[in-house]
Amino acid sequence: MKKTILTTVILVAALFSVQAQRIKGSDTMLPLSQMAAEEFMKVNNSSNVTVTGGGSGVGITALLDGTTDLAQLSRKIKFDEKNKLKEKGKTVKEIIAAYDALAIVVHPSNKVTNLTREQLEGIFTGKIKNWKEVGGANIAIVPYSRETSSGTYEFFKESVLKKKNYMSGIMSMPATGAIIQSVSQTKGAIGYVGMAYLNKQVKPIHVSYDQGKTFVEPTVENAKNETYPIVRPLYYYYDAINESTVKPFIDYILSNEGQKIVSKIGFITVK
Amino acid sequence: MKQFRQTIERLVKVMLTISGSITSLAILLIIIFLFKEGFGLFNSPSVEKGYALCVNASNTIEELNSTQIKQIFDYEITNWNEINGNNEDIIPFYFDEIFSMYSEEEFGEDYVLLNEKLGEVIAQTPNIIAYIPEQYLPRENNSVKILPQKNIQITDFFGGKEWLPTATPAPLFGLLPLIMGTLWVSFFAILIALPLGMGVAIYMSELAGPRTRKLLKPAIELLAGIPSVVYGFFGLVVLVPLIQKALNLPVGETAFAGSLILAIMALPTIITIAEDAMRGTPRAMREASLALGANRWQTIYKVIVPYASSGIMAAVVLGIGRAIGETMAVLMVTGNAAVIPTSLFQSVRTIPATIAAELGEAPAGGAHYQSLFLLGCILFIITMVISASAEFISKRQHNKGV
Repeated sequence: MKKTILTTVILVAALFSVQAQRIKGSDTMLPLSQMAAEEFMKVNNSSNVTVTGGGSGVGITALLDGTTDLAQLSRKIKFDEKNKLKEKGKTVKEIIAAYDALAIVVHPSNKVTNLTREQLEGIFTGKIKNWKEVGGANIAIVPYSRETSSGTYEFFKESVLKKKNYMSGIMSMPATGAIIQSVSQTKGAIGYVGMAYLNKQVKPIHVSYDQGKTFVEPTVENAKNETYPIVRPLYYYYDAINESTVKPFIDYILSNEGQKIVSKIGFITVK
Repeated sequence: MKQFRQTIERLVKVMLTISGSITSLAILLIIIFLFKEGFGLFNSPSVEKGYALCVNASNTIEELNSTQIKQIFDYEITNWNEINGNNEDIIPFYFDEIFSMYSEEEFGEDYVLLNEKLGEVIAQTPNIIAYIPEQYLPRENNSVKILPQKNIQITDFFGGKEWLPTATPAPLFGLLPLIMGTLWVSFFAILIALPLGMGVAIYMSELAGPRTRKLLKPAIELLAGIPSVVYGFFGLVVLVPLIQKALNLPVGETAFAGSLILAIMALPTIITIAEDAMRGTPRAMREASLALGANRWQTIYKVIVPYASSGIMAAVVLGIGRAIGETMAVLMVTGNAAVIPTSLFQSVRTIPATIAAELGEAPAGGAHYQSLFLLGCILFIITMVISASAEFISKRQHNKGV
């Protein structure tokens, strides 16, 4: 009997000594966390990191329920989310791990290369309906958006639409890949994706946030020197109590090797 | 020995009764849970929970409905006189803006002075409409008028034409585009699948030789085993561009693409059940028909199809059920635009796709979450009505035949 108890205690202790970490949240950050976790586990044999997506809101909910150690968010934590965490006695800490730039993409055959923020707002709120209104061919504009659960959706709404609502009949796609696919096969399409997802199937738009004085191409360099306007920080949030558990991973992602992964994925490094 | 067997039999009987009642109870509880969560929506405030709208006390506006609030914050209504107020421009104000007006220190420890500062801003700006958390409402300030909280109305939900569940400050939960989208896609799916499915079923049960049948049947059953996300991906990559090119449409993600995919997905169900029903026609009836001089074709449509009509009906119902409840494939190919469909070649949003796409993010217990449960209730009622009416029809036809 004594032996059994002893074994159980040892087993339980062994279980806890292995540093298991759970990361959950934004789908945008999924490739980053995944790759960083793999490399991190190679370096630290004893640790075990599991990464899951679901959306930025899901990450915060999981942090609230204590089902994750780190929440990855592609937007800043909302005021009432912070309040809710506070009510549960949790103080969150914030780490900016990388920057992400959103690229506006259109069909490769589209003649339009430059758009101002105001024009983009008009397009996505449904006030501008035809490409000829912004200097293109006489084709109806088909705006594609992400589903409401994505942080990208919120960020675009905040940055480009200045918090106005999208038009009510907007096409909404379940994933970034689906947006690329749809934009590449629809002549009048326009959509927004993380810069990491840009490829030859779609054409990136040069954006102006100063009423058309300067139009900036979405490239890593332009995002880094802060001339490209649609950039957002990518965050990790954790409960201050858990600091010792998550610290090694956070340190790793902010280290030179971690930041190498950041630029490999197509995000912009913090340093 | 006999007694022992009797006890065993009784025991089995009791166990079967228990398992039956537990299952029924579980289903009942699920339904109760569904409806309870769903109808909670009408107890939720029309402005996001925990938030309130306030205006300057000099403003003559007493009440605003959800659509008006949305239009104000979208700058579609820009003057108070458009909603029976003074002839002044509206200044919408979001809570976060306060943090750029004052420095962190001015709010004091733990933001104790936050509501005071908010009161100041509202008092100084006569045409403001401010959207702020309830806990920071400047209640003591006399020059601030807090607009009364109204609950979401049943008519807003069932008669609403806009589905904008995450619109701030006032989300819009309009059912019409979603329910029309669902019915629209499913209706055309069945319209496409039924003749095709019936054709294949008749061929397999009456015309095909045993060898062809042996090959065809597993192939069709295999179709039913393909996961719906694979159908969806196939639809998005192959069908959508094809439809767009062939019909020269601005977008390929249309109700038609959804109907086609659903038709393909419903085919195996329709074919297998209809075929089984037709093969169930007694040999005597076929032979009698042939003996009376009817040829093969006449036998099929005068004897076999009427005899199997109840089975065919069941096939149709299960096909419709599959089409209405199907989520993933539709989510990928219909474009999910929440508009009331007027043609087959425009993008639609269905109820299951909406639930699947939005439930992950909707905060548990909030209005958005409850509205998704209510959508589930509606889906449940639709399928129930369809299967009940189909049962009714097939029963009546059966009685007539006898």
